[in-house]
Amino acid sequence: MTERRSARHAGGPGESLTRWLVSLPPTLFLLVFFLAPALLMLGASFREPGDFGGLAPARQDGQWNLSLETYRFFFGDWIYAEIFLRSFLVAAATTLLCLVLAYPLALAIARSARRHRDLLVLLVILPFASNFLIRIYAWIIVLGPADLLYSPFAVIAGMVYVHLPFMILPLYTNLEKHDPALLEAAQDLGADTWTRFRRITLPLSLPGIWAGSALVFIPVLGMFAIPELLGGTGDILVGNLIKEQFLESRDWPLGATLSILLTIAVLLLAGISAWAGRPRRSSP
Amino acid sequence: MALLEIRNVSRRFGDLKALDDVSLSIEAGEFFTLVGPSGCGKTTLLRIIAGFDEPDGGELLLDGRPLAGIPPEKRPVHTVFQSYALFPHLTVAQNVAFPLEMAGTGHAEIRRRLDEALGLVDLADKARQFPHELSGGQKQRVALARSLINKPRLLLLDEPLAALDAKLREQIQGELIALQREVGITFVFVTHSQQEALALSHRIAVMNKGRLEQIGAPQEIYGYPRNRFVADFIGTVNLLPVEVREVAADHLRLFAVGLGEIVGASAVDARPGERGALALRPEQIRIVARGEAQALENHFHGVVRDHLYLGDVTVYKIALDNGVVLEALLANSLPGPASFLERGEPVDVAWRLAAGVFLHD
Repeated sequence: MTERRSARHAGGPGESLTRWLVSLPPTLFLLVFFLAPALLMLGASFREPGDFGGLAPARQDGQWNLSLETYRFFFGDWIYAEIFLRSFLVAAATTLLCLVLAYPLALAIARSARRHRDLLVLLVILPFASNFLIRIYAWIIVLGPADLLYSPFAVIAGMVYVHLPFMILPLYTNLEKHDPALLEAAQDLGADTWTRFRRITLPLSLPGIWAGSALVFIPVLGMFAIPELLGGTGDILVGNLIKEQFLESRDWPLGATLSILLTIAVLLLAGISAWAGRPRRSSP
Repeated sequence: MALLEIRNVSRRFGDLKALDDVSLSIEAGEFFTLVGPSGCGKTTLLRIIAGFDEPDGGELLLDGRPLAGIPPEKRPVHTVFQSYALFPHLTVAQNVAFPLEMAGTGHAEIRRRLDEALGLVDLADKARQFPHELSGGQKQRVALARSLINKPRLLLLDEPLAALDAKLREQIQGELIALQREVGITFVFVTHSQQEALALSHRIAVMNKGRLEQIGAPQEIYGYPRNRFVADFIGTVNLLPVEVREVAADHLRLFAVGLGEIVGASAVDARPGERGALALRPEQIRIVARGEAQALENHFHGVVRDHLYLGDVTVYKIALDNGVVLEALLANSLPGPASFLERGEPVDVAWRLAAGVFLHD
């Protein structure tokens, strides 16, 4: 075991070249499709809106036409921070509800007979076979008669419904790998059902919980279709705000600023959660 | 009263009889081994004792009290799993202290017993490491310490040496014997290795197809196998087809076609005219030069067919006049490089009366 581990670290020049080549495509992909657009957005956030949408020229009449106006605007009005905060609360509530709903389901699938598991996983991802908007309209039909439409409840219900598979799948992938002998050993050594879950299954599934939470939390933050279709006028989220700047208000710089601030907030949160979930050596 | 009494236990999986009317009793302080080929029911029996499975029929008594309906977490019985099943997210110390914590033992007491248990398996310096940082042998010792720390009435070991390489296995066998003697806890050890069973146990139960074939001390099982299965499974054995001629108080008079008369160890249940096999261990057969005078009761001509040099001993295949090929061992006890008998060399083989055990067909 020790020899194998040290051998992996002591890779020769051939191995490091292979590693470099293998990691090149994803690196390029991230550079082109994540970093470059983010930098474009950052640039756009300092510019002036064009007269008919788009952006005004950055340099006009020999003068740089750049400003921090949009940032001043954002931090000058409490309403934007409030929408940000509300978005984070909705995302957190959605993530929590997804976790509570998905965990028992993922556990049940992971503990079911091996021959049934593929079918059950297929059932989890089956909703993706029909169009997202059609499924949201279906919720309008369901919630409308019950007089629950256009409320925060409707928004969160729709969010949870759409994102549940993104929580179930990473949890299932994690739970399915647990060695059943660990639970037998814990039981053998005196742990009852609840203690086995609390001391063995739950801590071992933390990576799955983090992965699922990230896969739900982040898309929910940027989601605009669900609040627009199921929410009331008071239920708009950051996603709606950004979309509005680009399409309706034609204020691209403000839209770009909101996008950049959202990205920064998400990265900060991801950093904090990675730091909080880092492996630690605790005392016995 | 026996510590563990197993009475007429049966367990069926569909059409398969995993355990078929098994009865045995295990005494306090014993190192008891269940040995048999894979699928013989030994692991099923172990899981029933641990409480992970319930028998279809029969009962188990621990200290005279029935175990039926008591879940594994409430039984004073611990298991060392084949894969060790160490909790990967807990340190060595947290793993070993787990059963004490489950039992609600106080903090100071846990600390004291933990030091004691880690000292017992010589792992005090690894207390704060995680299982993935340990070698196979160290993991094995953590699993042992964890199972022994709250002094179970019975420790079950499910092929705990199977994952180790041969050299380490031999070393840990020695450690296991010493450990069992030191803690005085009753061990029930499951293995498919007859060598392990012979080396470790006070008593052995040989199982085959869900049934108990024979129970006894290692030397009884090896020296007086009760049937062909036991004779063949435990050690190497020559089986010579024979017919019973006469049953005397202290010996059997047998006849082998093409060889003539053979005398064997007495067997009270043998009947004149009965056919069977004479079981002869290779190390009980003497190879001597043709014509050399012999004081041993059985004496036959043979021809060297082949040999296999193993270092400490050489295994010879000797063809007898009736075509039966016997395996015989010759210890390489002379100093210097070993020399071998030539193929085709005529020799004599001889064995004592008591060396041949008659087995019914």
